[in-house]
Amino acid sequence: MSVEDGAPQGDQALRQAMMATLARATAEELKAAVERFKPLPPIHDLRPAEVGLAMVRGRIGGDGDAFNVGEATVTRAAVRIEGGPTGVSYLLGRDPVRARAAAILDALWQDAALRGAVEEALAGVRRRLVAEALVAQEKTQATKVNFFTMVRGED
Amino acid sequence: MYVAVKGGETAIRNAHALLAETRRGDPAVPEIGIDQIAGQLTLAVDRVMSEGSLYDRPLAALAIKQARGDLIEAIFLVRAFRTTLPRFGYCLPVDTARMRVERRISATYKDMPGGQVLGPTFDYTHRLLDPSLAGGGAAPAEPARAPLPDDAGAGIAAMPRVTDILDGEGLIEPAPASGEDPRDLTREPLSFPADRPLRLQNLARGDEGFLLALGYSTQRGYARTHPFVGEVRFGEVEVELFVEELGFAVPLGAVSVTECQMVNQFKGSAEVPPQFTRGYGFAFGQSERKAMSMALVDRALRFAELGEEKSAPAQDEEFVLSHSDNVQATGFVEHLKLPHYVDFQAELELVRRMRAEHGDALPQTTQEAAE
Repeated sequence: MSVEDGAPQGDQALRQAMMATLARATAEELKAAVERFKPLPPIHDLRPAEVGLAMVRGRIGGDGDAFNVGEATVTRAAVRIEGGPTGVSYLLGRDPVRARAAAILDALWQDAALRGAVEEALAGVRRRLVAEALVAQEKTQATKVNFFTMVRGED
Repeated sequence: MYVAVKGGETAIRNAHALLAETRRGDPAVPEIGIDQIAGQLTLAVDRVMSEGSLYDRPLAALAIKQARGDLIEAIFLVRAFRTTLPRFGYCLPVDTARMRVERRISATYKDMPGGQVLGPTFDYTHRLLDPSLAGGGAAPAEPARAPLPDDAGAGIAAMPRVTDILDGEGLIEPAPASGEDPRDLTREPLSFPADRPLRLQNLARGDEGFLLALGYSTQRGYARTHPFVGEVRFGEVEVELFVEELGFAVPLGAVSVTECQMVNQFKGSAEVPPQFTRGYGFAFGQSERKAMSMALVDRALRFAELGEEKSAPAQDEEFVLSHSDNVQATGFVEHLKLPHYVDFQAELELVRRMRAEHGDALPQTTQEAAE
């Protein structure tokens, strides 16, 4: 069900960035984004949402050889919008409703005519993520520590 | 040996009902919610995810609730659950240099690029019980905020790994980079000798207490490795899964992880000049003690590669890796309480016979004295 054949690299990077946003969106945010496109043409569930595992990997020393750390739950789904492209989603966690909504948005995004509208529908999610990250980072930054080395006496 | 028994169905059913009631506790007290466990007992959740070897916060919280707070039982539940799910694939290795850092400290450099941030830590607390937490009092004060440095870029502060700093001088060994695909303990049984990636997978899911004790033993002189905490960092990293049907890596979301870079003094050997060597620790969630212990044990297990003498349990790969898994360990220890009647009857007969023979062999006078 490859829909990427011949897609330019730039498109792929944009799609990955959009998928990264979908992966961090809440169920409510995804639902609201899909709502914007209603009424939708019939949607065929090529792969009904399914929960499985992905093995998370690290690297020795952070930058060396890979090793397996442990698994994470992942939900995936694939849909085809009638007369349109196939949408695929893979999200951390166990939430079939989120996965299906993300797959629908992925399908809509690939329709050049709708891409802008999908990006717009996700703009709110992006703003929330940026704002939350900023607050978290500012709180972390307030714990920045400056240690001073005490001079020991003559010995 | 355990021999199967039958019967006891009613007693077992009733025991499980009693367990459910005991788990619930006083019905006049509100039931604890999964979201409360996931949100307020976060470090217990992190440990269950790490040693259960499954990153799923609500699931770990559910396991903790079901296990009445017994974390090893909860880990067992999570491990059992994971066997019911299909494997979609292997993620790309996470890049800890791009972590959204919530804590990052070094015991080797006080002024590191990116600085040190304490984050949410027990360090420097006075370990005095706080009675205000007992009463469901006021919400905690809003933590202070500080503006980000100019080089924070697109939200990620520039925080190079501390080992890269030493690397610039060539005074620290580089991380091994063979490019080989790591073996997977969940797909093939542990066999020896284990290479370093396989050892690290075993330690990453290993029991925190076991690794803590072994790490401690190296500090006390059983395979001394002269460790310094080069860096401990905790925060979120992005996880990506290469999906065949798409032909590219799909971002799955972010997971919280802790990384420990232990830096160890090394005199050098015939082949290697004096330099610092490294031990590495990595765990799901904010699991600092675990990551640090893991790094100590990782370094001790490298003795042969570094031409060091084998002198202590923490260096014994077969001993360490065979006993690190608390689900296996608890299974074998706790199975002892299951019925062993047939076995024991046989032993009883044997001891009676031996005792009789022993008695027969005693000199007459001793027997009389005993009577």
